[in-house]
Amino acid sequence: MNRRHLLRLGGAALLSAGVSGRLFAAPPNGPRFLLVFLRGGYDSTNLLVPYSSSYYYEARPNIAIARPDAASNTGALALDADWALAPAVRDTIGAMYVKRQVAFIPFAGTDDLSRSHFETQDSIELGQPTSATRNYRSGFLGRLADTLQGSAAGMSPISFTDALPLAFEGTSTVPNLSLKNVGKPVFDERQAHILSDMYAGHHLEPAVRDGLDLRQDVAKEIAEVMRAANRSAINTKGFELEAERMGLLMRDKYRIGFIDVGGWDTHVGQGSAQGNLAGNLASLGRGLQMFSQSLGAEWNNTVVVVLSEFGRTFRENGNRGTDHGHGTVYWVLGGAVNGGIIAGEQRLVSRSTLFQDRDFPVLNDYRAVLGGLYRSMWGLSNDQCAQIFPQFTPIDLRLV
Amino acid sequence: MTRLRASKQRLPTTLNAALAVLPVSLLIACAGSGSKHPAPAAAAPPILHREEVQWLERATFGLDSATLAEYRRLGRKGYLDRQLDGHDDPLPPPIATLIGGLGASRADPMRMLADVNAQNKSINAMPNGPDKEQARKAFNDGGNKLANEAIRRELLHALYSPSQLKEQMVWFWLNHFSVYQNKANLRWLIGDYAERAIRPHAFGHFRDLVLATLEHPAMLQYLDNAQNAVGYVNENYARELMELHTLGVNAGYTQQDVQQLALVLTGVGINAGNPPRLKPEWQKLYRRDGAFEFNPARHDFGEKTLLGRTVGGRGYAEVENAVALIVRQPACARFISGQLANYFVADNPPPQLVARMAQMFQRTDGDIAAVMRTMLLAPEFDASLGGKFKDPMRFVMSAVRFAYDGRFITNTRPLVNWLNGLGEAPFGHPTPDGYPLTELAWASSGQMSRRFEIARLIGSGNAGLFDPEDGAAAVGGGFPQLSNRLYFETVEPYLAVATREALDRATSPQEWNTFLLSSPDFNFE
Repeated sequence: MNRRHLLRLGGAALLSAGVSGRLFAAPPNGPRFLLVFLRGGYDSTNLLVPYSSSYYYEARPNIAIARPDAASNTGALALDADWALAPAVRDTIGAMYVKRQVAFIPFAGTDDLSRSHFETQDSIELGQPTSATRNYRSGFLGRLADTLQGSAAGMSPISFTDALPLAFEGTSTVPNLSLKNVGKPVFDERQAHILSDMYAGHHLEPAVRDGLDLRQDVAKEIAEVMRAANRSAINTKGFELEAERMGLLMRDKYRIGFIDVGGWDTHVGQGSAQGNLAGNLASLGRGLQMFSQSLGAEWNNTVVVVLSEFGRTFRENGNRGTDHGHGTVYWVLGGAVNGGIIAGEQRLVSRSTLFQDRDFPVLNDYRAVLGGLYRSMWGLSNDQCAQIFPQFTPIDLRLV
Repeated sequence: MTRLRASKQRLPTTLNAALAVLPVSLLIACAGSGSKHPAPAAAAPPILHREEVQWLERATFGLDSATLAEYRRLGRKGYLDRQLDGHDDPLPPPIATLIGGLGASRADPMRMLADVNAQNKSINAMPNGPDKEQARKAFNDGGNKLANEAIRRELLHALYSPSQLKEQMVWFWLNHFSVYQNKANLRWLIGDYAERAIRPHAFGHFRDLVLATLEHPAMLQYLDNAQNAVGYVNENYARELMELHTLGVNAGYTQQDVQQLALVLTGVGINAGNPPRLKPEWQKLYRRDGAFEFNPARHDFGEKTLLGRTVGGRGYAEVENAVALIVRQPACARFISGQLANYFVADNPPPQLVARMAQMFQRTDGDIAAVMRTMLLAPEFDASLGGKFKDPMRFVMSAVRFAYDGRFITNTRPLVNWLNGLGEAPFGHPTPDGYPLTELAWASSGQMSRRFEIARLIGSGNAGLFDPEDGAAAVGGGFPQLSNRLYFETVEPYLAVATREALDRATSPQEWNTFLLSSPDFNFE
């Protein structure tokens, strides 16, 4: 069966379940979506390396990643004649790329030009037209969840973070829980009831109820799965461990997930093939590989998008780092995505094609890209897409 | 937004009356904890009105009896005058002694950095091996110890200084000009940063506060300006100075302005050693104050235009002129007023209140005390009472102030653990935007359940708050007496029905405490 067809079928089955209402209340193979937000503006130019551009090597005399060498299996991995993948993720993301489970979208981003982390993160998470007055109570994942809730059961969203991200703001409360440390639930059922009852009728009632429920559920779920698999999580730690737990929960319970990863604001000494940035990328790569494994067969029904608020300056700055830029590289991963390609509209990388003689231009707006993915994954109508990303027409990059 | 349901019960007008309606289960609970009940005073003062209680809660890190007594004595306006008049009431003697022992952590950055550099040098010179690792570990432990002491000092101040409003401002500005202890050598610098850059200017003129942070080695390291030099420009600090510290993100400045300000700031950096050798024409432009340095040899002397104006002066005068230009922008007055109102009034503060505060800011050239007075005496402030969700810092501070009313804790580590657990670790925010000031950021489902768990830890009373910090034998004890005199004077009369019912269902004093600290009544002010 065609991989693309498989993923879409999952979506179609789910939608028809919603219509008939009973037959397939929550089919196990419905599509799943995880958004990984790299906060701080990661230096995408040293992840997806434009190695055919001599200007890249001129602009980054100290931090450029060396051109791929066919004889080496530890250096940058050539993806095509123009782009290579950073050595730090060669064994993880690179291996998945070879299996066609990863695609990269360079020249991606937003038309928000503030170059402020916080401003741009907010505006991306809200997903509203950039020039419009902002409604901070409505994020695009919240609207996605609402849209899907209307058509099918079992679309439960979750944020794997300590605080709820703006992306999940919306009409209904979305549960959130960081999976960094999952201990035994602290309250028994009687105590949990009493705590909930104190908030009856209060505007925080849904948050209180969800929080207490989720805490109990997740602890149980993780414990059961670990027991069933007859293994403990001793071998994994940090983001890998978190990602493994995320995979388990999305395999069994949740369909739309969010996680953020920090530490990408590399103004000083970011390193090259090794160093600061490489270490962060390597950890992210291992985590995503672990996530894919713990989803099991459901990895074929899952799409992960990795994005960041902006790219960084094309040239290195005075401190072997990079400053805030504009266009960046998004990653799209999944067991059944049409990976192994560099997708979306592109330009030859040279000084003359830089935006404001400074950074990558944005040719692929995140709203159009994500809207296109959602439309394919869940078979959404144009109206539904317009609810999620008002005033943006989805583009079909034929990745799912 | 749903408001708390106020108790329909008739309000007892004296403490004696309040004690008379004490539920039996509670008396049992208190007896069970082995504690003495506060004896009701013969002539108890009248119960304060709810609005008075809430006003005082908002203007402090939570109530304790001493604060309440002072408020009763001076009245609202008198209390506020005293809080804003710039003096510092002395700390209670035991706390002053504790803080007096923390001097090392506020040593001058010059000495700190010289020491750090010397240690690094000697460690780097060692051959690789266990000795070197041990030395490296000792070095890091030293840094952690100093950072912990700096945090301890700020927490003890926040808990016990009679100048409660000032303590809140110190926290507010530390958050507004946020620095992160785990970057570079900041663990050695945050003590001095809090005490010398922030605290003296908490109620002063905003421009002085900006310059004090700009010149402090902690900020210079944190936002990389120490590395910003002609030909090696780093625009990190320049951007955040306008975006986060003064103007706000949509104030109309451009990328060009950021780059120009970065050039203005070239040469502003750190030197913990000898002054550089400079050409004569540069020598008179050289500036030095401790570890802060303006080095003309690292400065870009080209002409700069900022916010549509040519930046006057030469050398460091350019920096001072640029800061003066920035803080005089109406956008700065609006932004700072909005942030203050966000923290003290409401998540969406009334625009007319922010406008009046901004007017006062401009009229007084950024007099922070004047802006605060405008805010705290505004009818909009009164109208907002009871509706503000406590952030973790307010939650933890108010719980400890309330639970141990007048009994001074000696160990602040549990507080730090609680704040870490709730996501608001002191000097622990990695990015320069500081912690958010609104409910939206603190009251998600995951955070609410976490807060209840922390409420249980606080309420269960074996946290070690009275143990010595140096690891000497634990003294234990210290069960939190939440059903205390203060409770009957300020909380019990106004409890929501649902909270009252929950408290009645408690089966142990620990549980009773957990429910009270988890209640909407305690978490909103």
